[in-house]
Amino acid sequence: MAELRFELVTPERQVLSTDVHMVVVPGSEGEFGVMAGHAPFMTTLRDGDLTVYRTAGAQPERIRVSGGFAEVGDRGLTVLAESAGE
Amino acid sequence: MASLKALKLRIGSVKSTQKITKAMKMVAAAKLRRAQSNAESGRPYSQRLSDVVSSLAARVTVGPQSPKLIAGTGSDQRHLIVVAASDRGLAGAFNTNIVRAVRRAADDLIAQGKDVQFFIVGRKSRPVLQRFFPGRIAGQYDTSEMKNPAYTDAQAIAAEIMSRFEAGQFDVAHLAYSNFRSVLLQEPTVEQIIPVKPTAPAANDSGKVAAAAVEYEPDEEAILADLLPRNVAIQIYRALLENQAGFYGSQMTAMDNATRNAGDMINRLSIQYNRQRQAAITTELVEIISGAEAL
Repeated sequence: MAELRFELVTPERQVLSTDVHMVVVPGSEGEFGVMAGHAPFMTTLRDGDLTVYRTAGAQPERIRVSGGFAEVGDRGLTVLAESAGE
Repeated sequence: MASLKALKLRIGSVKSTQKITKAMKMVAAAKLRRAQSNAESGRPYSQRLSDVVSSLAARVTVGPQSPKLIAGTGSDQRHLIVVAASDRGLAGAFNTNIVRAVRRAADDLIAQGKDVQFFIVGRKSRPVLQRFFPGRIAGQYDTSEMKNPAYTDAQAIAAEIMSRFEAGQFDVAHLAYSNFRSVLLQEPTVEQIIPVKPTAPAANDSGKVAAAAVEYEPDEEAILADLLPRNVAIQIYRALLENQAGFYGSQMTAMDNATRNAGDMINRLSIQYNRQRQAAITTELVEIISGAEAL
């Protein structure tokens, strides 16, 4: 199974840029999971936790994000957040 | 001609000045590295954001319902220039260049019969602007406590500007700052930030094709309305970062020149000092010898 390219960027720095299995993103109209090959999609985020599964069945990592939006394109998932912390 | 003692004092004073400028240069160099990496790590975000905003803006038809930030207020009579300069001097022509660019822009606008006001960020640009454009300074944001620009500062400045925009105090906002090209080259820039300029269609075609099939949630307009204020903050943040890096670059160059000039001056003064000392010794010898001969 192909990996999903995942980038998490804040105005201060690039927090993460890595290949992961799946990310669950807190969209403003509901959470959604993104895996490799997701259709192009763009949404604003509500404040909440990103859940990152590095590999299938791995222990999820949670990253708190606030104020931002997510974009899924052929380059993978990019989350632009105003702040992000563990 | 200066006495030997005066020359010696002079050399001492130039030497201590040189020590100071050298220390400042090294401090600026260290801070520059930090500021430069800050500026660079801020770029991906602003790049992505402006890509997204311009691709969205291209898809949304501008109408009366559009957010004011993109459609404008329907007039371009009153301009606000946000001037981002530094809080400290001793950085060569850094602030002068920014202020000069601002004055040129402001003079152009005034010549066209527009109203121009200034919003000052960083206190160094204030005195000059006050002298040339008295009574046009609309506000100021104090950054003197700020060591490294934080995003929260940019947000605060953006909030201030947005609230003035909402209150209808101006129609068009420009942002003046110094673009950090390299240590030796900083480019004073004046950009329009409100309303968002209609951008040319995205340069890379692949991005455009992808954008065509993108699903939006909520719809484009809602996302745009959410992103536009954020875009203003990001632009200001980027300006602050570029300014910071440019300031230290400029300071480093200025202090390097000052150190070198002080070195030249010390050389010149030392030669003069040694010549005079030699002349004094020769005179003394001549006096002694002629005194001995007279006996």
